[in-house]
Amino acid sequence: MKRFIGFIKKEFYHIFRDKRSLFILFGMPVAQIMLFGFAITNEINNVDIAILDHSKDTYTQEIINKISASKYFSVQQYIANESSIESVFKKGKVKAVLVFENDFSKKLIKENLAKVQIITDATDPNTAQTISNYTNAILQNYQKELNKNVETPYQIITQTHMNYNPELKSVFMFVPGVMTIILMLVSAMMTSISITREKELGTMEILLVSPLKPIQVIIGKVVPYIFLSVINAIVIVLLSIFIFKMPVQGSLFLLGIESVLFIITSLSLGILISTISATQQTAMMISLMGLMLPTILLSGFIFPIASMPLPLQIISNIIPARWFIIILKGIMLKGVGLLFIWKETLILIGMTLFFIGLSIKKYKIRLE
Amino acid sequence: MVSNNIIQVENLTKAFGDFTAVNAISFEVKKGEIFGFLGANGAGKTTAMKMLIGISRPTSGKATVAGFDVYKNPDAIKKNIGYMSQKFALYDDLTVKENITFYGGIYGLSRKQIKEKTNQLLEELGLQKIVGELVGSLPLGWKQKLSFSVALLHEPKIVFLDEPTGGVDPITRRQFWEMIYKTAHNGTTIFVTTHYMDEAEYCDRVSIMVDGKIEALDTPKKLKEQFKAKTMNDVFLKLARG
Repeated sequence: MKRFIGFIKKEFYHIFRDKRSLFILFGMPVAQIMLFGFAITNEINNVDIAILDHSKDTYTQEIINKISASKYFSVQQYIANESSIESVFKKGKVKAVLVFENDFSKKLIKENLAKVQIITDATDPNTAQTISNYTNAILQNYQKELNKNVETPYQIITQTHMNYNPELKSVFMFVPGVMTIILMLVSAMMTSISITREKELGTMEILLVSPLKPIQVIIGKVVPYIFLSVINAIVIVLLSIFIFKMPVQGSLFLLGIESVLFIITSLSLGILISTISATQQTAMMISLMGLMLPTILLSGFIFPIASMPLPLQIISNIIPARWFIIILKGIMLKGVGLLFIWKETLILIGMTLFFIGLSIKKYKIRLE
Repeated sequence: MVSNNIIQVENLTKAFGDFTAVNAISFEVKKGEIFGFLGANGAGKTTAMKMLIGISRPTSGKATVAGFDVYKNPDAIKKNIGYMSQKFALYDDLTVKENITFYGGIYGLSRKQIKEKTNQLLEELGLQKIVGELVGSLPLGWKQKLSFSVALLHEPKIVFLDEPTGGVDPITRRQFWEMIYKTAHNGTTIFVTTHYMDEAEYCDRVSIMVDGKIEALDTPKKLKEQFKAKTMNDVFLKLARG
């Protein structure tokens, strides 16, 4: 045990004396959370829109009033016909155009059904999606109000030429994603680099000749990163609570346990990477290309899995981050307990065991 | 163990697929001697040594190191040997003292032992002034000496040196061999691989490996007589040319 503590102490010297790794460890989480929280926000404010109202009746006027009264939109101009839609978009003055069909009120009263078309400027897809979300929400509200005193409900149908995307609502959604990426980055990349560094320096050989068992060497390398990752997770949760006022709905204890589980999954991936790469560069490239990219792209963090092509959806199943993001969203946003996330938890445990088993096998082959 | 041999090797073989890196070598090393393990690059020296220090499993053959079997008791061997690799393998971002403390620690030395050893070692090497310096800033020669001393921290019975003088200048090499002599004089067995033939002259006995086999094994003097050569280099050239 004393040998072990000496080993871990040494590991901390490495980390704290290397400015680059210190930056990745502690600068990155804060920077990323801030970046995603403030700069890349999906919330919209005072977005300029145009209205094309073919009916010009009381109902359409009421809807327009509602929309311009909200802080999200300001009605910039009214246009007269379809052909102007193109031109207002081209001028870049508005982000969206709302089109009310002919005889909106009449249809709503007679047929209980009227249509609104939302056309958004999709050059900025995130904003476009958010705009359509918000407009829809306003229309839904209005519809509810209308239906309060009516027997046969009125229906306002919205047509959007963009896919409705319920996942991207606000900064809250980024916190689980960023947390996943940071934990993955710190745990997998940093450990794989630090283990391959020992190989490159030749010190790994010395360690293997020493009475330390290979498993002790690996655990010794990994423990400091578990510790640092846990600190990172705590920092991220604190930032999201106090800076972004995002409360954690579920149990903090469960959140902690699940985070440690994911940290261990990532560490086992890091160990696996270190067994197949001979140099730090290789380890870093494999971590970045093989882990970070799929984690960012396929985990459902930025792009919703449901809207991916089928092959990618299938691939996303083997990305540990996908399951961890579901767990995090469940605990942080919905406040669910283990009962609702046991499946994802089991998948992560299974993956971890698989990676560890594979690493042990690879490690033995290498020693031969 | 009644025998005076600290290393005993019989028909030790290591094959990687079709390629036999070490082909049925047999030799023994006596307690307290400086045993030179010579051969060109790729002759199989390092592979053979890795089997003796317990990080590579032999394909066949027998070997005992410090009285322990390499198959059954590699952990016991590890406690009784020291090892210095050609890369010197110290941590550049740790100070001299931290390196010593770390390596002492993984060999299970107590804090008191480490402290005593550190002081003794620094004095011998004349490194007291730079004890707080990062190893990365030291010249190669000092790293080499420090690396050797670190391999001796736990007072092993045998110390394995893998090309310990690679890349250092002749004067430093000479000084290093003086350290080796001193260590052997204190009773530690030295097992050293090298491809510098002049260094072979410093050894008590040498073996010369060619293509995975030991082609010659004796004292430098007798080998020179046997091959009618003036220097070990000539012996080696004659052997290598077949």
